[in-house]
Amino acid sequence: MGWTGKVLRIDLSNGTSKSEPLNMEWADKYLGQRGLASKYLVEEVDPKADPLGPENKLIMATGPLTGTCASTGGRYSVITKGPLTGAIACSNSGGYFGAELKFAGWDMVIFEGQSPKPVYVTIFDDDVQLRDASDIWGKSVWDADKYIKSTHQDQMIHVAAIGVAGENEVLYSCVVNDLHRAAGRSGVGAVMGNKNIKAVAVRGTGGVKVKDFKAFMDATNAGKKVLKDNAVTGEGLPAYGTQVLMNVINEAGAMPTRNGADVQFEGAGDISAEAMAEPRRTDGKPNLLTNQACFGCTIACGRISKVDETHFTIQNKPEYWHASGGLEYEAAWALGSATGTNDLEALTYVNFICNEQGIDPISFGATVGAAMELYETGVIDDKVTGGIELKFGSAEALVQCVELTGKAEGFGKELGMGSKRLTEKYGKPELSMTVKGQEFPAYDPRGIQGMGLTYATSNRGACHLRSYTVASEILGIPEKTDPLETDGKAGLVKAFQDATAAVDSSGLCVFTTFAWTLEDIAPQVDAACEGNWSVDKLLEAGERIWNMERIFNNQAGFTAADDNLPQRLLKDAAKTGPAEGLVAGLDKMLPEYYELRGWTQEGVPTNETLERLAV
Amino acid sequence: MQVTLKLFASLSPCLPPGAVRNKVDLEVDSNTTILGLLDSHHVPREKCHLVLLNGVFHAPEERDKVALKEGDVLAVWPPVAGG
Repeated sequence: MGWTGKVLRIDLSNGTSKSEPLNMEWADKYLGQRGLASKYLVEEVDPKADPLGPENKLIMATGPLTGTCASTGGRYSVITKGPLTGAIACSNSGGYFGAELKFAGWDMVIFEGQSPKPVYVTIFDDDVQLRDASDIWGKSVWDADKYIKSTHQDQMIHVAAIGVAGENEVLYSCVVNDLHRAAGRSGVGAVMGNKNIKAVAVRGTGGVKVKDFKAFMDATNAGKKVLKDNAVTGEGLPAYGTQVLMNVINEAGAMPTRNGADVQFEGAGDISAEAMAEPRRTDGKPNLLTNQACFGCTIACGRISKVDETHFTIQNKPEYWHASGGLEYEAAWALGSATGTNDLEALTYVNFICNEQGIDPISFGATVGAAMELYETGVIDDKVTGGIELKFGSAEALVQCVELTGKAEGFGKELGMGSKRLTEKYGKPELSMTVKGQEFPAYDPRGIQGMGLTYATSNRGACHLRSYTVASEILGIPEKTDPLETDGKAGLVKAFQDATAAVDSSGLCVFTTFAWTLEDIAPQVDAACEGNWSVDKLLEAGERIWNMERIFNNQAGFTAADDNLPQRLLKDAAKTGPAEGLVAGLDKMLPEYYELRGWTQEGVPTNETLERLAV
Repeated sequence: MQVTLKLFASLSPCLPPGAVRNKVDLEVDSNTTILGLLDSHHVPREKCHLVLLNGVFHAPEERDKVALKEGDVLAVWPPVAGG
């Protein structure tokens, strides 16, 4: 139990759906969500398939703890072959959609084929319908959410939708659920748009059964106490959110700034968590209104903000004079530091638009940063940008860009390709801060060496959430390591990757691991699910998942040459801060990493490794 | 000599008047240690989790031994995290 034991398979080409039993043999090896859905994907999709074609599939998957009373047990993931990277993609989201899908009785939904016309899918318990979406095609995520709830006269429906960015196949468009929680990375929204799915609406009236109810209550209550008593999850994250990192990472000299040219941003304090809580000079009110929790979460790190009504971005747009999802650290970094922009209100507005139109703010901000460097170095001009004066630090330019990107209009169409394709088009591929085509996030590997290996080896392209060694290297969780050292980082990255793959497959949020270890998580999983889920079994499942994803990517055409970093990070030393004079020492870590993984020096898992893990 | 003190998150209220954006420049004696400066501003020792001197972390056992130098920047946080 934990699992519902049911998979919903929807054939979009024929407009049919059917229920099938969950493969429990796979569940015992891959747990759920990221791991289990990826297993379905690699078994059913050709690694060389066109991500934006009917042969690709899109899976929305929960974990066994999704929908339970375990703290943070509301997660779901969207798994597909990603169009931004061509690699396996898995984007994780919170909110309430995942738990509702479980209440409706489904572990996962597999979308295959391509609908001949735009549809939205309703899943009301066992009643599954594909419905005409012509009234909401071309509308925003927020409009779609409102329309569906109104049409079906049920405010308890939870909606995961794409905005116009997904419809226009912007390569980093996302799937947004519950208005402002997102499966954000790798362009999963473009796949949904390509399949002509505007939205998935779920309403469930069932519950989630667990194997041993008393043991489950004991384990989850013990886990909640750990989260409450921990200073990070009990105090820091609820009060300041992830945005508290803005000043931390800047002081540590690891803040990628102006497309990675610098490692410290002089405007960081203006866009930080502390600045969000300060009363504004204009209206005396703070940007931040409150925190918010996803389903079942006892941490509540989410930010809810309101833009100053007199700010240039919305002074004539009363439709934005409301509270909505505020800046998290990654968005604030990408929209702010990566573009050199320190206007907090503008960043908040741009983040609203990203949520409304289904755009990944990390890849969007980083791509604008690359475009700004192209502009400032004279590679592109006003003729190319359509008159946008694309200078670093220009909030006006940033706002113009976001308003065009989702619609794929003017220069926005070029921005929607992502920085790799954009910079290649203009003959400057070295200006793309990407790995495997995906923009890297808010930590400069020159100042946090482990993150260089993390980005280089991430199976979905550059990503911090695949192995968040920042926790150890900067924050001292679970123990402090030196961020400027490369020694020991191969093992650290592997340990984080395997453990995170297990957490991502459980239905829990990875932020619990600021307080929990797998020693806290294993009893919760084991009390919910058959299969004697020990720490060792979770770690083995995590390692198995990592290797499975790697094999898919290798078969898709990726090689060790793709486990690399932008030349800027490898050749140009940091100019300031503790890392001054340092470059990313990837070459010192990667061979040891391959060895620890049981891979050849060409990055291929050996037969012995595959047999050991029974991949 | 002059140093800069930065206190963030829940430590911000320990900053003296005149601080702007979590930061204040201070005149201190030349033999002032990290811990000495924090104690003089009543920053609770048990809350000083992340202590960066010019961006470099200093563990608790070092904080009463490391003397500040002219122009140093001391930045301190309680336990925090993000991602």
